[in-house]
Amino acid sequence: MSDDLKQKHGTTGHSWDGIEELNTPLPRWWLWTFYACIVWGVIYTVMYPAWPLVNQATSGVLGFSTRAQVAERIAEVEAANAGINEQLASVELTEIAGDPELNQYAVSAGASVFQTWCAQCHGSGAAGAVGYPNLLDDDWLWGGSIEDIHYTVTHGIRNEDDWDARYSAMPAFGRDELLTDEEIDSVVNYVMSLSGEPRDASLVEAGAEVFEYNCVSCHMENGTGDREQGAPNLTDAIWLYGGDYETIHETVENARFGVMPNWGERLSEAQIRAVATYVHQLGGGE
Amino acid sequence: MGILDKHAFLEKNATLLLACSFAVVTIGGIVEIAPLFYLENTIEDVEGMRPYTPLELAGRDIYIREGCYVCHSQMIRPMRDEVERYGHYSLAAESKYDHPFQWGSKRTGPDLARVGGRYSDEWHVDHLTNPQSVVPESVMPKYGFLTHAMIEGEYMQDLMSTHALVGVPYTEDQLENAQSDFLAQADPDSDYDGLLERYGEDSVNVRNFDGEPGISEMDALIAYLQMLGTLVDFSTFYPDESR
Repeated sequence: MSDDLKQKHGTTGHSWDGIEELNTPLPRWWLWTFYACIVWGVIYTVMYPAWPLVNQATSGVLGFSTRAQVAERIAEVEAANAGINEQLASVELTEIAGDPELNQYAVSAGASVFQTWCAQCHGSGAAGAVGYPNLLDDDWLWGGSIEDIHYTVTHGIRNEDDWDARYSAMPAFGRDELLTDEEIDSVVNYVMSLSGEPRDASLVEAGAEVFEYNCVSCHMENGTGDREQGAPNLTDAIWLYGGDYETIHETVENARFGVMPNWGERLSEAQIRAVATYVHQLGGGE
Repeated sequence: MGILDKHAFLEKNATLLLACSFAVVTIGGIVEIAPLFYLENTIEDVEGMRPYTPLELAGRDIYIREGCYVCHSQMIRPMRDEVERYGHYSLAAESKYDHPFQWGSKRTGPDLARVGGRYSDEWHVDHLTNPQSVVPESVMPKYGFLTHAMIEGEYMQDLMSTHALVGVPYTEDQLENAQSDFLAQADPDSDYDGLLERYGEDSVNVRNFDGEPGISEMDALIAYLQMLGTLVDFSTFYPDESR
């Protein structure tokens, strides 16, 4: 041990087998930082909510609250966009696309709404998934005009929360014994023949008859579907659940009942119009 | 140096040092935790909260068993980005019947505090069975086996009694009808009036959640997910200014 240091600071008095402990003071910078932290702590508890009292904690002289802050920040953003949102919510739906500024705002705001609320079913690129429609093409179940899309987003499809939801139900022809196994087999082959090749061409003719008596009221005589009832067009090669024999058979046997939530209660009118505009301009809007 | 010199005595008596350290930590704990039990604004006064129905409670147990909380939190923090993405920030009142609560800050998947009603039942079945079929970029594992695990609810009364023991206000009536309520909620053809009467007409979903006959763990889990965050009536909620 350096005798100089021992001279300078002295020892703590601890001694183990002759080894002594220097009583070096804490570094100045450390000590002052420590005192500064204490002072900062006292000031902080005075300024911000801190000490628990009888009924509630002290609220601090600044009156800060995280809940008030988030409300304020949301209000700020809403105020900044209030003008254009109001315009978006009040113009005719068909006029949005014609106003470049409004359209640009609606499309980019709609893209964020889509990523937050719609992408989980329709995919982040809007290409859909099995059972969840692709929104990029021009094949629409309930209509592809801006008004139709707006209505679908607002009220949803076949949900129990909105009385105005779009509704239709395909009968479960097999499960409910409306058709025999042979009839289903033939009508599936007929449906396949509408857009491509049937699995068994000899059944197509019989299938056409089954189709005429059971399916045309929704899917129309030539199988092109009916948007009033959300009945898909069966003559194109676009399939929601799949166009192979097994999948179509399952559809006829047990039917399908795709549900979409109603967004009218969760999103503002401007948000709904924005996302409708976004979907409309993806490629298939009519 | 007076009292400061006495620390040598403390340092040389390990048991005494331990006892005194414990006392210091205890004081810190009491100051930070105890006030939450008596401060009036710890748990907000809100309308709409009710205890879980038997089927939802079973779903909650499956949620915990499968470790869903490892990737999903149920706590929307009061920040603009979270509120805009997930909905109104979570209130303490919304987890007052949770034992244990499902808060958290680690999110590999999204927060689920308000997932109720956001997707269709069918989507939940598709997504739990094969998450990548609807969200290709997802890293969530598959839970399709839940569809085949049938449950009868014969232990629901015990489970609910345990929750009642730690403070969930289940009534005698609710406890007695635990199993029948459990069965009724997943069967829209059953007589479920008693269930609605006991838990609330507007807040209980009665559906065949997984679309398959019988009650599976999938039914229970979806019943739970579909009610998350839907109970509180926010039109009657005004945040207390002091927090």
